[in-house]
Amino acid sequence: MSVRFGEFGGQYMPETLMNAVIELEKAYNYYKNDKGFTDELSGLLNNYAGRPSLLYSAENMTKDLGGAKIYLKREDLNHTGSHKINNVLGQALLAKKMGKTRLIAETGAGQHGVATATAAALFKMECEVFMGKEDIERQALNVYRMRLMGAKVHSVTSGTQTLKDAVNETMREWSKRIHDTHYVLGTVMGPHPFPTMVRDFQSVISREARAQILEYEGALPKAVIACVGGGSNAIGAFYHFIPDEGVELIGCEAAGLGADTPQNAATITNGSPGIFHGMKSLFCQDEYGQIAPVYSISAGLDYPGIGPEHADLHQKGRAKYVAITDTEAVEAFEYLSKMEGIIPAVESAHAVAYAMKAIKDYEGSIIITISGRGDKDVASIARYKGENLHE
Amino acid sequence: MSKKFISFITAGDPSMDKTKEFIEVLAEYSHVIEIGLPFSDPIAEGEVIEAANVRALQNRATTDKMFFMLETVTFDKIVILTYANPVFVYGYEKFFKRCQECKVYGVIIPDLPFEERGEAAVYADKYSVHLITLIAPTSAERVKMLAKNATGFIYLVSSMGVTGIRSEFDLDLTDIVKQIREVTDVPIYIGFGISTPEHAARMREIADGVIVGSAFVKIIAQHGRKSAPHLRKLIKELTDPHLIE
Repeated sequence: MSVRFGEFGGQYMPETLMNAVIELEKAYNYYKNDKGFTDELSGLLNNYAGRPSLLYSAENMTKDLGGAKIYLKREDLNHTGSHKINNVLGQALLAKKMGKTRLIAETGAGQHGVATATAAALFKMECEVFMGKEDIERQALNVYRMRLMGAKVHSVTSGTQTLKDAVNETMREWSKRIHDTHYVLGTVMGPHPFPTMVRDFQSVISREARAQILEYEGALPKAVIACVGGGSNAIGAFYHFIPDEGVELIGCEAAGLGADTPQNAATITNGSPGIFHGMKSLFCQDEYGQIAPVYSISAGLDYPGIGPEHADLHQKGRAKYVAITDTEAVEAFEYLSKMEGIIPAVESAHAVAYAMKAIKDYEGSIIITISGRGDKDVASIARYKGENLHE
Repeated sequence: MSKKFISFITAGDPSMDKTKEFIEVLAEYSHVIEIGLPFSDPIAEGEVIEAANVRALQNRATTDKMFFMLETVTFDKIVILTYANPVFVYGYEKFFKRCQECKVYGVIIPDLPFEERGEAAVYADKYSVHLITLIAPTSAERVKMLAKNATGFIYLVSSMGVTGIRSEFDLDLTDIVKQIREVTDVPIYIGFGISTPEHAARMREIADGVIVGSAFVKIIAQHGRKSAPHLRKLIKELTDPHLIE
């Protein structure tokens, strides 16, 4: 298993954690080819998470926008309401096989924290989730969900009090206790083997979508569009289409108030190569390598880096990355709700927004990944629109 | 007076001028002085040193300002501790060249493990700067591999977790020290959590010396620009020969 994607990736971890990541790499290499493990995971995905997820033909939207036929890959319909469960079930099962009894995780929007708390409840494991103080306030409902399922949620008050700082704190916690603890990283970042392992667990999205679109259309789509924070739903949605050169792969990152303002999280648009959180990749940072505070309306895209495989796909020109502003995302959030009766996560709304802008350039069909459902965002979007709604 | 002592402070906390003054105070009692080049996200640090990183960056500390300050320092065993990103983004070659120009003895990069050190080690060697090896209680079968490649000194991490003041040390390090000694004579310094003369004395029995960071940084957090006499008092206590022998 390669440690790098082109020049990106690697294993830039403190020595205190090196044996933990090496142990994980060995275990993953063994279990990914173990039929007992893969059968058990498929069983959980089908019978617990509710896979396969629908590839829904969004006819109202297609008719309204005019252009390619729009399909939505409905990861929002998974148990816990997002794609995060795909990865978490894989990692929690692996942790169990490794004899670990405690799961720790970072979370931004709370979707990954909820998924981890869910798996911990299912497998009867201890669970602690680290979440930025600012995100705890933005996503109060998800915090309560996690606690309801028995997880302990820690408020992270260092730095920008968002996802990046939650990752710092979870890594610190892991270095204190590795013998019984597995760090369930939520996206395709961090040191090897995380970017590869999480990608493999999320690639179920494109494995299903590719077969579904061939069944419905008899042809491959012209584009696959997904939102990108760290990039796990996007890499999952892209992966099995990477060899299909005619399929454009488009990642939508968060431009916040605008990619040319200081208030954004558009890593590919504005970032430069760096080494952080265990990997060499692209990061929003200053000339001295200090990681920049980033901003997005979406807590899940509010991260100053991107997974190394995306950095490589960008550098090779295989995938294209575009920046979507808060305003565009909120418009798309409202549009999909009204047009199809589907309330997307504000993260996923970034992908919908790009499709709305670009659909006229495409013929045939396109797939947009709806990575999660938008229930968690309803109150904050209402406040954004000036309505004083509180959960 | 014993010289088996490494002290640590963060560069630019509260200012580069003060860092220079503190180095002069600590130099009298230190074999090596570690200077932390602040990083926005120091994942191996506990609260105390993390807060010092934040203060230094708020006071506009930069890599260039640190090197300008170090150019004027006469103490000859300065070691820079920082994270991979500030070094990588500055440029490995430029960074280690500046180290040589400032007579820096070594560089410690906690998130640049053995497997990844090659990209920096090339330039550390070219400019004759020691790239210091860290060994942890969890290194297990990696200990000998790490020790064989060590130069300057070995930074032996005393306990699990991050830097910071501890009251208990539950790990027995004598076995790791023995393994290291089988393959190298490079001095071993134990760090992480050492804050009292008793800790220091205990760790010195096992290794060549100790590294104390958070206890000094805490003084600077409390006394700011007026920290010099307090730093002097603590380092005198920590290096008191009566407690060492």
